Amino acid sequence: MTSGSNRHLQTSLYVVQYFALLLILVVAWQALSDLGYIQPIILPPPSRVLATLWGMTTSGLLARHIGISVIRVLEGFGIAALLGLALGIGIGLSRTLDRMTGLLIQLIKPIPPIAWIPVAILWFGIGEQSKVYIIFLGAFFPVIINTIDGIRQTDHKLVEVARILEVSKSRFIWQVVLPGAFPTIMTGLRVGLMVAWMCVVAAELIAAGSGVGYLIMDARQLSQSDVVVVGMITIGVIGKLMDSLISLLEKRVITWKSVFSGV
Amino acid sequence: MSTKHNERKTEPRLGIEGLSKNYLVRSEAIPALDGIDLTIEDGEFVAIVGSSGCGKSTLLRIIAGLETDYAGRVSLAGKSITGPGLDRGMVFQEHRLLPWLTVEQNVRFGLKTGYSGEVRKLVDEHLDLVGLSGFANAYPYQLSGGMAQRVAIARALVNQPELLLMDEPFGALDALTRIQMQQEVLRIRKAEKTTMILVTHDIDEAIFLGDRVVVMSSRPGRIKRVIKVDLPHPRDRGSYEFVKIRQEIYREFFKEAELPFSYAI
Ligand SMILES: Nc1ncnc2c1ncn2[C@@H]1O[C@H](COP(=O)(O)OP(=O)(O)OP(=O)(O)O)[C@@H](O)[C@H]1O
Ligand SMILES: [Mg+2]
Repeated sequence: MTSGSNRHLQTSLYVVQYFALLLILVVAWQALSDLGYIQPIILPPPSRVLATLWGMTTSGLLARHIGISVIRVLEGFGIAALLGLALGIGIGLSRTLDRMTGLLIQLIKPIPPIAWIPVAILWFGIGEQSKVYIIFLGAFFPVIINTIDGIRQTDHKLVEVARILEVSKSRFIWQVVLPGAFPTIMTGLRVGLMVAWMCVVAAELIAAGSGVGYLIMDARQLSQSDVVVVGMITIGVIGKLMDSLISLLEKRVITWKSVFSGV
Repeated sequence: MSTKHNERKTEPRLGIEGLSKNYLVRSEAIPALDGIDLTIEDGEFVAIVGSSGCGKSTLLRIIAGLETDYAGRVSLAGKSITGPGLDRGMVFQEHRLLPWLTVEQNVRFGLKTGYSGEVRKLVDEHLDLVGLSGFANAYPYQLSGGMAQRVAIARALVNQPELLLMDEPFGALDALTRIQMQQEVLRIRKAEKTTMILVTHDIDEAIFLGDRVVVMSSRPGRIKRVIKVDLPHPRDRGSYEFVKIRQEIYREFFKEAELPFSYAI
């Protein structure tokens, strides 16, 4: 009889658990600032950050910066996803291609996107292209490496079934390999998008006049620590939203299994 | 349902002569099968029993064409086996259904041609054959073990193979479901007239289904005895003849394991 209200109670408990840590941190941060333990120049109190955030939101300034950054990230990530998927599938399916590209991928992968800035400027100038290129680099490797990995983990038992039934190469790829690799590929896309978004600051180090990364660097030079924090929070929130969106998409597509979600 | 048995050949359906197979384990050859001779006629049902590790799966995998590195001769209707082929279907111990395809798509997976009325009819017929018409759109995770195994049987039969290989297909099922599945197999055999080879741990299952029971010994895998089961279907597991054959087979294992009072293998 009480199961309805029990469930309600449980949902409320989960919501509290979800936000508790964040709330405690913010409250502590405010309290420590009020008590004078935290200098406003080092870290402005939440109240001031909120006021700045409100001001920048209502003036439309924040939305403009976010819009520009998101477009850059989507461009860079889009190219990385297309190229990473295509190459990853090719390399995953072909041992020869894997041997031929393996060393190059291993060597380029550890170079952080930020180290590419000088050559990016030389190759693409200081316009949009070089920024998109930096973002592309960040997203490309997670996508391609997870795609290759996912394909390599194809269940050999299902491969045997396909061999016995003599299914065509294309059916084998579309119905055995790719669905099996799909969760790993999705992880790659998810990580890729995350890294792409994280690279926005690095990309906007290149002579940018707008974007969230520019906002942060510009505010740093003007010692506007509250704007810096607003920029950082924006990056965090947008990143989290992108991640949620992609995992929602993943759940929509994977209808064939129930997922373990922790104890 | 099928028209494949119109042609009658003089060659046996399956011929195995002097088949030996070694596995290389750390560059050392471990014998898995040694000097297997076996001939199976068209339409016959052969059950293979033997203790764990005696090479039953290896034998089936060679017939299926999944293992091609062996010594001796294995031929289908006179032709040497060089790889997998649609003339043979296989059911594994695990159902091995594609988790992302529905029951109907899984059965269709084995069919060459695209989606047409003919394909639709074949798939429907085979889902009907295994009694799962109502589950065409279910995903494998929504099926019980027995149902999943039936889909696997339908998938193996939809290409209308000459020879159906089953490697402990009901090993993971409970006793009641297993008996039900055995009756199902008998019914399918009557309808399709497919030649069948069944590997099993269950001696009763072997006697209940087989025209012959092949008893294998282990390390290396050899055929120890072939026992003919000349009883009409449906067979009564409690009948005198059935029990007599069961005892005969148990005796083969007692000799090997020297466990006179244990019926378990
Ligand atoms: N890929 C392999 N590499 C090396 N040895 C193998 C391999 N597959 C099987 N063997 C060995 O060959 C022997 C026969 O194996 P097989 O799987 O055919 O036995 P089985 O009769 O099917 O056993 P079970 O009843 O437990 O399924 C075993 O000793 C096993 O260790
Ligand atoms: Mg086995």
